[in-house]
Amino acid sequence: MAATPASIKSSDGKRVSVTKFPKDGPPPITVKNLTMAYGTFVLMKDINFTVNHGDIFIIMGGSGSGKSTLLRHMLGLIEPANGEVWYGDFNFTRAEPLQREAMLRHFGVLYQSGALWSSMTLAENVGLPLGEFTDLSPLEIREVAALKLALVGLKGFEGYYPSQISGGMQKRAGLARAIALDPEILFFDEPSAGLDPISSRLLDDLILELRDNLGATIVVVTHELASIFAIGNNSIFLDAESRTMIAHGDPKDLLAHCTDHRVQTFLTRGGEDAEKSARNHG
Amino acid sequence: MQALKQSQPSGELSFARSDNSTLVVRLAGDWHLRHGLPEPDLVLKQLDAAPKPARLTFDAAALGDWDSGLLTFLMGVSEICHKRKLPADWSPLPEGVRGLIQLAEAVPEKTGARHEAAHTSFIEELGQATILYARGLDEFLRFLGEVAIAFAMLCVGKARFRKVDLMVVIQDCGASAFGIVTLVTFLVGVILAFMGAVQLQQFGAAIYVADLVGIAMSRDMGAMMTAIIMAGRTGAAFAAQLGSMKVTQEIDALTTMGISPLEFLVLPRVLALFLMIPLLCVYADCLGVAGGAFVGATMLHISIGTYIRETANAITLTDILGGLFKAAVYGIIIAVAGCLRGFQCGNSSSAVGDAATAAVVSGIVYVIVACGMFAFIFNVLGI
Repeated sequence: MAATPASIKSSDGKRVSVTKFPKDGPPPITVKNLTMAYGTFVLMKDINFTVNHGDIFIIMGGSGSGKSTLLRHMLGLIEPANGEVWYGDFNFTRAEPLQREAMLRHFGVLYQSGALWSSMTLAENVGLPLGEFTDLSPLEIREVAALKLALVGLKGFEGYYPSQISGGMQKRAGLARAIALDPEILFFDEPSAGLDPISSRLLDDLILELRDNLGATIVVVTHELASIFAIGNNSIFLDAESRTMIAHGDPKDLLAHCTDHRVQTFLTRGGEDAEKSARNHG
Repeated sequence: MQALKQSQPSGELSFARSDNSTLVVRLAGDWHLRHGLPEPDLVLKQLDAAPKPARLTFDAAALGDWDSGLLTFLMGVSEICHKRKLPADWSPLPEGVRGLIQLAEAVPEKTGARHEAAHTSFIEELGQATILYARGLDEFLRFLGEVAIAFAMLCVGKARFRKVDLMVVIQDCGASAFGIVTLVTFLVGVILAFMGAVQLQQFGAAIYVADLVGIAMSRDMGAMMTAIIMAGRTGAAFAAQLGSMKVTQEIDALTTMGISPLEFLVLPRVLALFLMIPLLCVYADCLGVAGGAFVGATMLHISIGTYIRETANAITLTDILGGLFKAAVYGIIIAVAGCLRGFQCGNSSSAVGDAATAAVVSGIVYVIVACGMFAFIFNVLGI
């Protein structure tokens, strides 16, 4: 498959060509036979799935099922015990560090806690990747950072430090940083965690807008049913007991058609009226 | 009906047979935790007594107040019934008791969730401790190597970090440490002078206190005391800062952005301590000599001018430069130990405290080991 070359500054200051994800190319994310393990303890095995262009892909499952760990494997923060993660036609798991680093420029990550650098203002947080990986002048970086903060509803908060804003605002600032380099793939780790229902809903709307306007492919780790049905169009369900994924597909389809009681129990909050959930979120 | 009454510290427990195949557990009186709990083994004895019952039921007609004490006892009975596959009729118990027992048994125990107590021999523990220590040393040396590579990158202008971060760390581990370094090193000078004076006065050689303090401070004590202060102050701070950043996933955020945490976070800290500890060491040397001069002037009646002249005659430039070299090495050791412990930090708030403690301990141990090695090497080289 012909790849679209894109050049980007590497850690040694040179420009490196990396593969992007053309719409007519292979799926942007493919996970093949992934096994996650801590030493000899196998956390999850036989994880196989594909994320298509423009998907909002949900990794769901109960607490302790390994959702965030799977995300960390996909980002290369943990090496898999077995299996591979592919981005387009690029084997991320087997890649050299420099190639991986270049591929990471196509990603934006919003961590559960926001993970803002506490010693920097919001503008500096958003501006750091711009300063590191683009040739923009400091003034241009400030302008772009202000734009990104405005996109997430934080116009005027450029000079604030993370400790001076609320948890929901920290999440949005983290999102502004995640989209600083206009990534093609966005990863969200528990975006709704610790947020009130209204802030959570606003963040969901923001994720949908980013998908529609940036054309990004989005992977979300969450167990919030409201978010799952509101934004997800593809998903996998991780089961801690059987230590593997037990369902794959659109969450609404899983709710309507999946016969596995573990999936149904999860998607209906342990048996709450399934139709009510579908009616509210469908 | 055959009945057997057991006197219990909490409530009253008795047993009866409604027929030969049913054991009736009678619960009477008030069952409270504060009065202690009966042993479920009493039920076990009844179940083993002939004729062996085929089912179990309760009589709670005389049961008064109850709390978790009763529930704990009943959970024990329930476990015995499960193990023996003995059918039990819980319906005579109050509704609240039944509801809470159902709640406690709703989620079955996860396979492998219970940790078995492991008994290891002394030899095995010793072996494991040795392996752990060797692994720790290996990690330290590996990390030191990575820092050396990052330093090399810095020398050729390829390492990336924010200059403002370097300045902040320099201020923090330089100027901000003046107070504690002043106090400690002045007192070390005073102590050295006191110890020397007591002996040297006996031979009428009190003036040599100046030589003793001057040489000790410039060759070793200045660098080592500064290093120990900085290990406790700055090394712990580095570990806590990086540990907190790990807990809040700030380090992950750097990594996934393609920014090397080693260059961005470790390099400014190592560089700052590498530059600042030698400067603090010079200051510490001066303060140590000042402490000695204070004792010389007040206890030995040596004039300040004489004391300073004697000190200047005693110490050489080699002594001072040797001390500065050691201080620079100690700075790298403390910074690397602190940053390494920060990176190794677990994902909880208590882990941050553990990382800070480990940074201080390993920093001081490595500094003292290095000090011993320097003493040997300098002796061999005749310095």
